[in-house]
Amino acid sequence: MRKPSLFFPLFTLIGTAGLVPLAAHADDRTLTVYTYESFIAEWGPGPKVKQAFEADCGCRLDWVGVADGVALLNRLKLEGDKAAAGVVLGLDTNLVTEAKATSLFAPHDIDTSAVSVPGGYADDVFVPYDYGHFAVVYDTQAIKTPPSSLKELVEGDPSQKIVIEDPRTSTPGLGLLLWVKAIYGDDSAAAWAMLRDRVLTVTPGWSEAYGLFTSGEAPMVLSYVTSPAYHMIAEDSDRYQAASFSEGQYLQIEVAGILKAAPEPDLARQFLAFMLTTGFQDTIATNNWMMPAAPTSEPLPEPFERLVKPTKDLLLPSDEVAAHRKAWVDEWQEAMSK
Amino acid sequence: MLTPAEHRAARLGGWFGIGLLAAAIGIPVAALLAGSTGAGFGVDPYLLRITRFTLLQAGLSTALSIALAIPLARALARHPALPGRSLLLRLFAIPLGLPPLVAALGLIVVWGRQGIVNAGLLRLGVDQPVSIYGLSGILMAHVFFNLPLATRLMLMGLERLPAEYWKNAAILGMTRANVFRLIEWPAIAQLAGGAAGLVFMLCVTSFTLVLVLGGGPAATTLEVAIYQALRFDFDPPRAVLLALVQIALTSAVLIALRVLKSPAEEAPQLGLSPARPDVAPGLPALADRVLILASALFVIAPLAATLVAGLRADLVRILTDALLWRAILTSLAVAAAAAATSTMLALLLVRARHSVAESQTAFAGRILSWLAGIAGSLVLLAPPVVMGAGWFLLLSGATRALALPLMIIVLINAMMALPFVIRVIEPAHRTAMSRNGRLCLSLGVTGINRLRRVDLPALARPLATAFAFAMALSLGDLGAVALFGGDRIVTLPWLLLQKMGSYRTADAAGIALILAVLCMGLMALSDRTGAGREAARP
Repeated sequence: MRKPSLFFPLFTLIGTAGLVPLAAHADDRTLTVYTYESFIAEWGPGPKVKQAFEADCGCRLDWVGVADGVALLNRLKLEGDKAAAGVVLGLDTNLVTEAKATSLFAPHDIDTSAVSVPGGYADDVFVPYDYGHFAVVYDTQAIKTPPSSLKELVEGDPSQKIVIEDPRTSTPGLGLLLWVKAIYGDDSAAAWAMLRDRVLTVTPGWSEAYGLFTSGEAPMVLSYVTSPAYHMIAEDSDRYQAASFSEGQYLQIEVAGILKAAPEPDLARQFLAFMLTTGFQDTIATNNWMMPAAPTSEPLPEPFERLVKPTKDLLLPSDEVAAHRKAWVDEWQEAMSK
Repeated sequence: MLTPAEHRAARLGGWFGIGLLAAAIGIPVAALLAGSTGAGFGVDPYLLRITRFTLLQAGLSTALSIALAIPLARALARHPALPGRSLLLRLFAIPLGLPPLVAALGLIVVWGRQGIVNAGLLRLGVDQPVSIYGLSGILMAHVFFNLPLATRLMLMGLERLPAEYWKNAAILGMTRANVFRLIEWPAIAQLAGGAAGLVFMLCVTSFTLVLVLGGGPAATTLEVAIYQALRFDFDPPRAVLLALVQIALTSAVLIALRVLKSPAEEAPQLGLSPARPDVAPGLPALADRVLILASALFVIAPLAATLVAGLRADLVRILTDALLWRAILTSLAVAAAAAATSTMLALLLVRARHSVAESQTAFAGRILSWLAGIAGSLVLLAPPVVMGAGWFLLLSGATRALALPLMIIVLINAMMALPFVIRVIEPAHRTAMSRNGRLCLSLGVTGINRLRRVDLPALARPLATAFAFAMALSLGDLGAVALFGGDRIVTLPWLLLQKMGSYRTADAAGIALILAVLCMGLMALSDRTGAGREAARP
C-alpha cells in the first residue's frame, strides 16, 4: 500500500545523479592526481597547472581533491593499492614517514637539482613542490609591538589574545605544537601551561581561527608567513602582518610522490619533473599562497619581498614526529586542559 | 483503526524501514572494521574526562533549551495574531540550515570579545566583559540552535489542540495556572521528552561549536575523539568503539527521558493557530510579549549579523559565478532527495508503531515498535564521518561513478534528518488516525485509497514542515560531502568552507546569506503548502 510513495525518493535519487555532467574521454592517456581541495579550487593553482601540463604531455590530467594532506593519506590507507591515481600531491614532511610505511609509493627517479627549499630537503620517494613557514600573524590596528620571539609570545600579556588551531584535528595546529617542541624540548608542557592564558580559543582548523582573527575577536592568530601577501595583493591592505621570531619560524614543506600502482608510471614521472618547471612553479605564490620550491620565470610580486625573512628554519625530522606525535599531543592536551 | 491488511502492510513497511537503516549503518561499519587493524580501545583518564564533559554540556544545553522553549511556545500559542509571528517562526528555522561555523561567527559578532553586547557594556562602564569562550559560550550557542527547534516542535503540539478547549476555558473563566495545568502542560509534556531527546543528541554530537567556543581542549566531546581517531590516528576500531560508547550513554539518557512522556492527548479536531479567547489583555499578556521579544532578539541578532556580513560581500560577482549555481542546484537536489527519503522512512516507522500500538499483540510486534523507536532516534548518533569512511572503503574504485557517492550522501543526510522528521510527524499522525480511523472503516475507504484520500492529506501540514526541516538540515550539512570530495560534487557548505579556507571571508559571508535565504524560502513554501492543503480539506 505504500508502493507509489516509494517511487518518489527513488526518482529523486536518480535525478540527483543526472545533474552531474559526464566527463568525455578525449585522450587515450590519463593521469590522475590526488591532492587537497584548495589546490584545485577555481582560484588555486590546479586549473593553470592542468592547462600547462596538458599542453605538452598529449594526455589528460584529472584532479581528485580531498579535504587536506591528512585526509589524503587516509584515503590512500582506505584504498590501498586500489587507488586509481598515479601521483599524490599535497602531503607535508610530517606525514612522509607514515606515507612511506604504507609501502604504496615508488621511488621517483627524477632529477631534483632544481629544488631549492630551506634546509635542503632531499628524498628518493617524495619531491618538494612548495614550502611555507608558520608565523603568528597580527593585526597592526590592535597591536603596536608584536612578540619578537616565541618566548615573548609564551610569557607575554595574557589579556592580549591569540587564536590557535587544534593539533588533534589540523595541520597548522600540529605545526605550532612542533614549533614549541623544537624550542622548548622537554619543557614544552610548562610553556603550554603558560601560553594557555593567552589563548582565546583553540579551533578545529585554520579557517575558523583565521575567521575569528579577521573578524577582530583576537589580535593574533597562528597562520603563515605568506598570509600578509594575500591581503597586500588581493585586498591592497597592509593591516595584517607576520611577527618575526628570533628563535626562527617552523617550516612546512609540501611534497608529491608516485604510487607503485600508477597505471602510467611514465606519465606520473613526467608530471613530477614538470612540477619543478616554471609552468607549475609560477602558479604557486599567488594561487597557493606558499613559496615556490624551484625557480619561477619571473620574480615573485613585490609584496613577497616585504614578507618576514625567517632568521632560522625549524624542522623536526619526519621520523621523530611520527614516533612521538601521539605522546606530544597528549602532553599538549594535558597541559592545556588544567 | 486499520484493517488487517493495512496492519500487515504497516508492519511490513516498518520492518523494511528498520532493515534499510540497519544496513545503512551496519554495512559500512563492518567494512571499516574488517579492512583495518588498530590499537583499539582502552579506558583512560582522557576518555573519562571527555565523556563527563560531553554529558555535562549536552545535559545543561538541553535543560536550558527546553526550559526556555516551554514558556516561549506557550506565549506564542497564546498570541496567534501577534504581528510578525509567522515571520519569526520562519526565522526560527534558519539556525538549522546554517553550518555551525557561520552561526559561531554570527554569535561572536553579538557576544564576542569585540561584540555588540560587550561594546555596550563597556560604554556603560562595566569593565569585566561577558566572555563567550568556555562552557557558557557552548551553552549559548546550543540554545541558539535548539531553542527555536524545541519551540517549533512544542508549538505544533499546542496548536493541534482544538479551538473548543480555549473557548471553554474562556467561558469557564479558568485561571492561567489552571489552563496551563489542565490543557497546555499535557499537550507540551507529550512532546517535551521527545524534543529534549532530540536536542540532547544534537548537543552530544556537536563538534565545531564546542571546539571554537570552548576555549581549549578542556572542552572536548566524544565526537572530537572519534574524528581524531579516524583522522590523525587512523584507527577505525577505536573510532567505532568510541561511537558505541556515545550511543550507549545517550540511549541511557533517552530512556530516562521517556519517563517524562505522558499518554497522548486525543484531539477531535484540527485547528490552525486557533484564536485564544481565554487570553485576556493585561500584565500576563504583556509578559508574554516581552518573552517573545527577548527570545526573538536572542535568535535574530546573530542572524542579522550574518545578513549584514553577507550584504557587505560582492553579491553581484558571487551570484554570477557559474560554480555557485552548480552548488545551489546540487545542494537543493541532494537536500530534496534526502528529505523525501527521510519523510518516507519516517512514515514507514510511524505507521508501523501506530499499528503495533493499536493492537497490542505478539512479541514480534513489540520488538518492531521498540526497534522503530530507537532507529528513529539513535541514527543521529552514528557519526557521519565513520559511515562515510566505511561506504568509501566499500565503493573504492567505484567512486569515480558519481551516482553512487551522491546516493550515499543522500542516504546519510536522510538518516541525520530522520529523528526530526519523526518528531514532527508522529504526534500529528496519532491525532489524525484517531480522528479518521473509525470513519474510514465504516465508509469502507481502505488500503491505498485511504492513504491517498484521507491519511496523507490530513498530514499535509506536518509532512510539509517535516520535509522543509529535513531539507534545511541537509542544506547546511558538510559532513558526508567532504569525505567523497573531488571537485565534482560541489555543495553550498562545501563552497563556503572552500572560500573561508582561502582567505575569501567576504565571499563566504555572501554564501552564508544565500543559504539563510534558501532556508527561509523553504519554510515559507512549506507553510504555504501545508496551509493550502489544510484549507482545501473537506
